[in-house]
Amino acid sequence: MSLDVRSPAAESVAAPPRRFRLNLRQSGIYVAFALIVVLFTALTDGALLQPGNISNIVVQNSYVLILAIGMMLVIISGHIDLSVGSVVAVTGGICAVLTVQMGLPWWLAVLATLAAGVLIGAAQGYWVAYFGIPAFIVTLGGMLVFRALTLTVLGNQGIGPFPDEIRTLANGFTGGYLGNVGLGPLGGADIVSLLVGVLVVVGFAMSQLRTRRARQGYDQTVDPMPLFIGKIVFAAVVVLFFVVQLARFRNLPWVLVLLAVLVLGYSLMASRSVFGRHIYAVGGNLQAATLSGVRVKQVTFWVFVNMGLLSALAGVVFAGRLNQAGPTAGNSFELDAIAAAFIGGAAVQGGVGKVVGAITGGLIMGVINNGMSLIGAPSERVMLVKGLVLLAAVAYDVWTKRRAGAVR
Amino acid sequence: MTSVDGRDDILLMSGITKSFPGVTALRDVTFSVRRGEIHAICGENGAGKSTLMKVLSGVHPHGSYSGEVVFDGEVCGFAGIRDSEALGIVIIHQELALVPQLSIAENLFLGNEIANRGMIDWNRTNHEATKHMRRVGLDENPTAAAGELGVGKQQLVEIAKALSKEVKLLILDEPTAALNDDDSAHLLDLLRGLRDEGITCVVISHKLGEVTAIADTITILRDGETIETLDAADVSEDRIIAGMVGRDLEHRFPPREPAIGEEVLRIEDWTVHSVTNPGRVVVDHATLSLRRGEIVGLAGLMGAGRTELAMSVFGRSYGTDISGRVLKDGREIDVRTVRSAIRNGIAYVSEDRKRYGLNMVTDVKRNVSAAGLGLLAKRNWVNEYEEFRVAERYRTALRIKTPDVTAGAQTLSGGNQQKVVLAKWMFTDPDVLILDEPTRGVDVGAKYEIYTIVHQLAEQGKAVLVISSELPELLGLCDRIYTLSAGRITGEVPRADATQEQLMEYMTREVRR
Repeated sequence: MSLDVRSPAAESVAAPPRRFRLNLRQSGIYVAFALIVVLFTALTDGALLQPGNISNIVVQNSYVLILAIGMMLVIISGHIDLSVGSVVAVTGGICAVLTVQMGLPWWLAVLATLAAGVLIGAAQGYWVAYFGIPAFIVTLGGMLVFRALTLTVLGNQGIGPFPDEIRTLANGFTGGYLGNVGLGPLGGADIVSLLVGVLVVVGFAMSQLRTRRARQGYDQTVDPMPLFIGKIVFAAVVVLFFVVQLARFRNLPWVLVLLAVLVLGYSLMASRSVFGRHIYAVGGNLQAATLSGVRVKQVTFWVFVNMGLLSALAGVVFAGRLNQAGPTAGNSFELDAIAAAFIGGAAVQGGVGKVVGAITGGLIMGVINNGMSLIGAPSERVMLVKGLVLLAAVAYDVWTKRRAGAVR
Repeated sequence: MTSVDGRDDILLMSGITKSFPGVTALRDVTFSVRRGEIHAICGENGAGKSTLMKVLSGVHPHGSYSGEVVFDGEVCGFAGIRDSEALGIVIIHQELALVPQLSIAENLFLGNEIANRGMIDWNRTNHEATKHMRRVGLDENPTAAAGELGVGKQQLVEIAKALSKEVKLLILDEPTAALNDDDSAHLLDLLRGLRDEGITCVVISHKLGEVTAIADTITILRDGETIETLDAADVSEDRIIAGMVGRDLEHRFPPREPAIGEEVLRIEDWTVHSVTNPGRVVVDHATLSLRRGEIVGLAGLMGAGRTELAMSVFGRSYGTDISGRVLKDGREIDVRTVRSAIRNGIAYVSEDRKRYGLNMVTDVKRNVSAAGLGLLAKRNWVNEYEEFRVAERYRTALRIKTPDVTAGAQTLSGGNQQKVVLAKWMFTDPDVLILDEPTRGVDVGAKYEIYTIVHQLAEQGKAVLVISSELPELLGLCDRIYTLSAGRITGEVPRADATQEQLMEYMTREVRR
């Protein structure tokens, strides 16, 4: 047995045999999402997947999805943030005051608002990370404080309307820069949107192929070729269907572009960057992370700073969408974001979760909202169903974990 | 029940088979215990000892296993732990199950409260508690919080709790794992006393010295099967080990030719104060020196300050008001944070790998890379393929038993988890490794492998400081042994001159304050 494993000359490792198996604990959430989409498509006679409605689901839920990304990281690190709804309100208010009342250019106002979000996150992160107060308490306080600040900033009234640029970011669509193309029975569709869709598919396929090559280069097992191609084709069909529907409606919502960039960036950050890995390490076992040389306080602090930044972004998007910053903006958004993270596979103890999971969790709630309102269900029933879905998702997670644990 | 051959068996488990998805934990196991004996179960980790006891105590309910359990002459089908306790079978787990904030008396009667129409009768509770505490020799106020007691006394509370339930068969899972020698000796005496009162005991233990000292009968399990049942009167430790590992383990320690070089680390005048009680000195002007290629032992009783010394050197992870110097290759180095300690080539493998060593919710490879992530990253982006390859290499080199490195850390046995922690620190390429109880909760076979790893680390020119409560381990492994008593270095003995008796004398030496 050779211990000289650091030298590149060490013998290469025989690839362990691996059968293809569906890891239900990890993929259960995506299967559930697909089933829910199919269910509501059937219940609404296809209205759910109509071009205009798909666009609606994205735009209506964008701010919760933005919050869910940050919340997922907070929960992975083993904390919680109850203040995000109030932060959405206060940052929306700040943005309104800067643009409407002070007449700053829209981009400067947005930057200043994001900076305010960063400061808010830093303030809360300080108490949690360096002072050692549980995040539940700090952000519960923050929830009240920032709601109070909202009322102060807004003088207890709504402020609007916003400049066009901010409204476009929240509500608008990419321009038809290259005009339309006829898709036969489907009617006209925006060429730019279609090109973006094709580019996404090609990019996805290329990156998958590169990953596959790299894995092979490192002597790791990969899926057999037919399965590999099947997965890519499946993803391509889903993406293209989605894009064609949007292209037939009013092109790509800007907020979708924003979301796509955020999801891609944060997913990479979480899984591949040293900082992202440290978030998982801190949430998985704080003491082990400390003794492994992770600067745990810094990690916690920056996770909250990031939550503040994303809350401010959601604040701008939400205010822009309503074209007004109001005193009740963002009410109970924290609950939607937390629910999205847990439905999306976060573990209550921390250390587990994926950005894509949080988005899927948020979309599940969005589709339930949208689908049930399409079939005319009253809002109390929507709330009831969402509550039960949250419970079922976490129960499923606990159950699979227990089953896995029972092996030992 | 008197069986055919005249034995009075209180317990007879026969044909027990228990499967989990993908694993058969017990295969046709037979296990019988005579009334009033101390019966030890020995076996490597994963041999099925705990599973067998969980079947017996109803943790695995009737119907989830096949086979028959006969207790006190009656066939039993326990649906849960309450059923088995009602018959007088009580199990005390390795991880003690006391509520630290509650008083001793409250813990004793937890779930079994002495009450009048729903209201607790405190006078009787405390009175009864004192009675049971006296039986186990625990001289404390019954209203004291259980969490304020030392581990040894907490163990006694657990036993008193069992006595309060009118236990007939007491099962102890690794009862002395966390105890120092004094407390262990006291516990073993107590068990002998209970046996004389007619209480039957089943003891699961890795400490074979204790097993031979206390047991009347020994049953050996291996790979989920009963290997043999021995009369303890004429059995040696080596005989038990041979049964447990299924091979003759002539030498418990691998052979080694030490090649010792220059001094690499020197801890000078190191003083540490307690965190909870800053006035108390925990490590008192300790001076140690480690040389390249040398394995140095640090012996001391519990509370002597061994772990405190190690952790305070490793980035001030323990203690307040720390003074002294740490020199590497003759130059003073900064060990004020864990990061700077790691950067200066120091690694610390904790005695409590579940709490301080592993991230249980993630996989093996991310645990291996946890401390050396920077080595796998370019501009803060981790090369995941390289990470996989590194983890695979350690899996092969250290023989970590797992199908692949993407398996969760919690699916591994204790010995393999320990190897993962070792791999994590080896990957940081340290010059000095501090191993705190590296073989705690590790079975005999894996111990040998860990010793081999320690030898090879020394061969590579690294200095290794081994902290251990088991003196034979230090004598078998180390080139030189320091003894620590009440925070002071009281002795330094080369391997050739060291004996257990002499070390013990140094470890218990009174220190003038």
